[in-house]
Amino acid sequence: MKVLVAVKRVIDYNVKIRVKADHSDVDLTNVKMAMNPFCEIAVEEAVRLKEKGVATEVVAVTIGPKAAQEQLRTALALGADRAIHIQTDERAESLAVAKLLAKVVDEEQPGLVILGKQAIDTDNNQTGQMLAALTNLPQATFASEVVIDGDKVHVTREIDGGLQTIALTLPAIVTTDLRLNEPRYAKLPDIMKAKKKPLDVKTPADYGVEVASKVSLLKVESPAERKGGVKVASVDELIDKLKNEAKVL
Amino acid sequence: MSILVLADLHEGQLAGATAHVVAAAKEMGGDIDVLVAGEGVQAAADAAAKLDGVSKVRVADNAVYAHQLAEPMGALLVALADDYTHVLASAATNGKNVLPRLAALKDVSQISDIIGVDSPDTFKRPIYAGSAIATVKSDDALKVITVRVTGFDAVGAGGSAPIEAVNTVVDNRQSSFVDEDLAQSDRPELGGAKVVISGGRGMGNGENFKLLDGIADKLGAAIGASRAAVDAGFVPNDMQVGQTGKIVAPDLYIAVGISGAIQHLAGMKDSKVIVAINKDDEAPIFQVADYGLVGDLFELLPELESKL
Ligand SMILES: Cc1cc2nc3c(=O)[nH]c(=O)nc-3n(C[C@H](O)[C@H](O)[C@H](O)COP(=O)(O)OP(=O)(O)OC[C@H]3O[C@@H](n4cnc5c(N)ncnc54)[C@H](O)[C@@H]3O)c2cc1C
Repeated sequence: MKVLVAVKRVIDYNVKIRVKADHSDVDLTNVKMAMNPFCEIAVEEAVRLKEKGVATEVVAVTIGPKAAQEQLRTALALGADRAIHIQTDERAESLAVAKLLAKVVDEEQPGLVILGKQAIDTDNNQTGQMLAALTNLPQATFASEVVIDGDKVHVTREIDGGLQTIALTLPAIVTTDLRLNEPRYAKLPDIMKAKKKPLDVKTPADYGVEVASKVSLLKVESPAERKGGVKVASVDELIDKLKNEAKVL
Repeated sequence: MSILVLADLHEGQLAGATAHVVAAAKEMGGDIDVLVAGEGVQAAADAAAKLDGVSKVRVADNAVYAHQLAEPMGALLVALADDYTHVLASAATNGKNVLPRLAALKDVSQISDIIGVDSPDTFKRPIYAGSAIATVKSDDALKVITVRVTGFDAVGAGGSAPIEAVNTVVDNRQSSFVDEDLAQSDRPELGGAKVVISGGRGMGNGENFKLLDGIADKLGAAIGASRAAVDAGFVPNDMQVGQTGKIVAPDLYIAVGISGAIQHLAGMKDSKVIVAINKDDEAPIFQVADYGLVGDLFELLPELESKL
């Protein structure tokens, strides 16, 4: 079975975000970028399926600027066999990304597609579900366990009330949650080897997909700052403040 | 303008979130219908009919919608969406699971997690773990939107809208429900609680979370956790508060043994009053806390419980 994993280049999760002075967007100049953490979990899961002999090939795909090839090389170093880069400098929103991924699914015919549940930049949480709808494949979002069982996959999902397990026919689309696995770090020899693995470069036009969206970003602002509070010296003082100052007890 | 709100269900009953989503819909204006889909959901439909501002409740009561599996739910929404200019759901796991399917099948973008309505086509939403607030405008014919419930005060329940059956039945051979393991608790839901007390890695283990129980009992609080506490197996995933867990905005949030990473703050920094208990007086959580208490939680929690 072939496994397709989608990865996204995003700001490193440790970086503190600044908004541009003209409020047009956040400022990403000279900011450290990385693979979206949920995509790391997706890559890890695909590689583990290969190590278990369930997957025969792992293909990583990204949509983004030239620099996003760094994240594909990371995926290759972590164990993906080859990569596809659909290069665009436009701001590709979830729908356009899902349309492009649907074309790749059509071409590659994977048995399983694994994506992160959300990207930590836009926090959209949409692409996997959109891809499932466009390809007419079943979906299991927010996965904390994935078990392939013949022509089905059993997925345990993290939902608001707890955990839910569902069974899907294969091929299927899975999006990862935090507890699915703990991603490994790439080792230096693997990073060197990854440089020689195949990486195809395409454009959205090759797939006949229009990247522009009908949603425009009008403005980006900093959120209202919380005023720093006070330190209290004791439990008694805390209770007193909560009762008499904040009036929440 | 006409808006369809997909109701949130919790074990077959109407969940509190729906009243907040209806509030967001009211800010957009127009007729508001609520769709209740599931199996054996008449009680939820009756509750939805009472929500202020609702014109009509539509009920799709059929086994194929049990557990709100994504494929049949998406197909149902696609079948109904032509009657509407907006389709809304709460940004809870069900809405997140289902709504993007509708958007994709209607070839429109989805706007996730809105916290404000500027006009019927322009919305505010947090991005980058709430480090920035984006104002976005949609020119799509159909607006598909998930709503962050903490952004909108719930509507009241003094209405009496008519209820009508939806007879659309879709086929689903792709996915099936196997089982679920739902948290059983007498405490209020995290999302709707007036007081939340959360524990982090500093709690040390799951057993020590009992130290929060007595305080939660006295305050009528829900109990939450940081990702580190969930990852370490102290408590289940449904307790995680944060960017990628639950978003809460209670009157009082008490963070115990939590450092205050941006991803955690994203889920609680709109709380009215924040208290932090941490032994590290430089922990970032103190930068957002109204009241900070520096010290060992194992001494402070029993004292707090006894003095409340
Ligand atoms: C993609 C992604 C998504 C994430 N999503 C979330 C999310 O939704 N929610 C979330 O919470 N995190 C999330 N995180 C994780 C986040 O970055 C932090 O790692 C996490 O919040 C840390 O949890 P913590 O504060 O409990 O642990 P730590 O950072 O380890 O802090 C423990 C704190 O306990 C204090 N302490 C220890 N012992 C005691 C004691 N005896 N008495 C008093 N204080 C004590 C310490 O001083 C310390 O401040 C996410 C991270 C990533 C990369």
